[in-house]
Amino acid sequence: MTENPKQSPLTANPYLPEIGTIIETIQETHNIKTFRIVLGSEERMQNFHYEPGQVGQLSVFGIGESTFVINSPPTRKEYLQFSVMRAGEVTTKLHSLSKGDRIGVRAPLGNHFPYESMKGKDVVFIGGGIGMAPLRTLLLFMLDNREDYGKISVLYGARSPQDMAFSYELPEWLERKDMETVLTIDREAEGWEHKVGLIPNVLLEMAPKPKKAVAVTCGPPIMIKFTLQALKKLGFKDDQIVTTLEKRMKCGVGICGRCNIGTKYVCVDGPVFTYEQLRELPNEL
Amino acid sequence: MAEAKFIANDKLTAWLDELSATMRVLAPARQGDAVVFVPYVAGQNVELGQEATAPPKSTVFPASEDLLRYDYRKNPENLGQVDVELFPTITPEPTLVFGSRPCGARGFLIFDRVYDGAKYKDPYYLARREATLFATIACLKAENACFCHSVGSAPGDAAGSDLLLTPMDDGYVVEAVSKKGEALLGSSLFTAGKKKAGQAKKLREQALKDMGEPQDFGPAKDKLLALFDDMGFWEDVSAKCISCGACTYLCPTCYCFNITDENAGLTGRRVRSWDNCMSFQFTLEASGHNPRPTKAHRLKNRVGHKFSYYPALHEGIIACCGCGRCIKSCPVSVDIREIVTKAMAHQPPAVEEAAK
Repeated sequence: MTENPKQSPLTANPYLPEIGTIIETIQETHNIKTFRIVLGSEERMQNFHYEPGQVGQLSVFGIGESTFVINSPPTRKEYLQFSVMRAGEVTTKLHSLSKGDRIGVRAPLGNHFPYESMKGKDVVFIGGGIGMAPLRTLLLFMLDNREDYGKISVLYGARSPQDMAFSYELPEWLERKDMETVLTIDREAEGWEHKVGLIPNVLLEMAPKPKKAVAVTCGPPIMIKFTLQALKKLGFKDDQIVTTLEKRMKCGVGICGRCNIGTKYVCVDGPVFTYEQLRELPNEL
Repeated sequence: MAEAKFIANDKLTAWLDELSATMRVLAPARQGDAVVFVPYVAGQNVELGQEATAPPKSTVFPASEDLLRYDYRKNPENLGQVDVELFPTITPEPTLVFGSRPCGARGFLIFDRVYDGAKYKDPYYLARREATLFATIACLKAENACFCHSVGSAPGDAAGSDLLLTPMDDGYVVEAVSKKGEALLGSSLFTAGKKKAGQAKKLREQALKDMGEPQDFGPAKDKLLALFDDMGFWEDVSAKCISCGACTYLCPTCYCFNITDENAGLTGRRVRSWDNCMSFQFTLEASGHNPRPTKAHRLKNRVGHKFSYYPALHEGIIACCGCGRCIKSCPVSVDIREIVTKAMAHQPPAVEEAAK
């Protein structure tokens, strides 16, 4: 059977995964593992179109599927990268996979970060823990299109130095002159040379200017709650704050009916929302 | 459409025998106290006098079906390498659902808007839908729990059906509703029904009149949203619910599902099964967080989906066909009509002077 590589297999049968191959894994932290995956052929990879912030369902046949953000940007298409925190059955099984293993991929799904409307603006990334994964996609995309954006600041926090994912990239981010990177951990740790303190407090110290700026944040609900308060204090309006949601998503195509918040389905209308949009939805996060 | 036909009561079995020789026919049969759709075998008794306990939902949307089969295979060139091959399985069988009521057939019109969406189409559902015909029997007498006329339908509603049969004393007036239905009218067992068609229409109209004034559920769309954060209201209306989910499984318009894998060594199946928004697990996330932690939250979503969210997305159409099965079969008599009516009449408690 010949397949038109330009046609996404999702449109023909949205439940049918493509078979990908894991080409590399990175043990990021004790419970986060990153997978670099290639789809069928080089041509397929080149014709696989997605936007920063879109998600995909990874399958381990026999266990099931779960949703993760594609955290490599579309400007770097050698592989698709997914970072998986071990939490349930599927993620535990995923953590046992290694280079050369086959994996099911249904992607891309959902909407994406509004990078077009962010052009010309300052961008503040605020990521907590695994919440840094979706932000990384947009960050790398913006760094690959650096001239389109104003000042880029990154605040990345984790419980401890050992809980920091993407540690191999952080030195480069810290050294770059065209972005500001601040790392923080919750409590003092030996050898740690960066900030110590909770993300919202460090954010207030950084005091990014809200004028012509957008804040993009993702992390645990408690962090988001206080980060939102800090952003408000700094003068950011709800339409200047963007986040990406997680839900128990199953079909990923707005049919199975479990990820709705009122009329919106996180798998197709999201996962990216502004706080202005979220405020208009029923309170069911 | 072709002119109406008539089939005498004593010819009905012969017609079903003819039909079942060319395709799978599902017809209602009595099983204990319940009436359920079963594959028709020549000569079998059919129960057409009582509305089926379970709707014909599973004919197009099976309670469980394979989405695909997978095989893990060792690569003969490299034994350390295990390949996986997928085999999607879409195998619709031409089927006639005989003797469903208008509500049962119409339920799929609610499915269609979701499963035949603008962006994503569900090929499993659509293949079965295309292969399934409905010969529907008009209701001439509504039951206590029926309220189809309040959700845009009627006891003689032909929408979603291919044939409409209206019961008469000595047989059925049979009218084609679709081209596919027309093709089923070739049997020599029929006599002309044109003269009786007018009488059949009157019977259907009378049945609608007998149901009384329909209730206007239109305002529920906004009112339910306005009540979203009033958990006192939802706790009150869900107090007796036992989260058994019978309402969703028996509902002709409930379409939610789960996807699970069933392993058998190096091979297995990815299965889609009906799921139930009344269960705690439905929205439970891997982190342990559950956006709908109590039955009050879940019932709110069930009612909200049918009478608010779906209508907001689909031109005001209510995702309920008014069949009343969720009311009749609820072990604790939760009545969705009562909940929606109560919501529409609900006034927020007056603010106490002292609290100001």
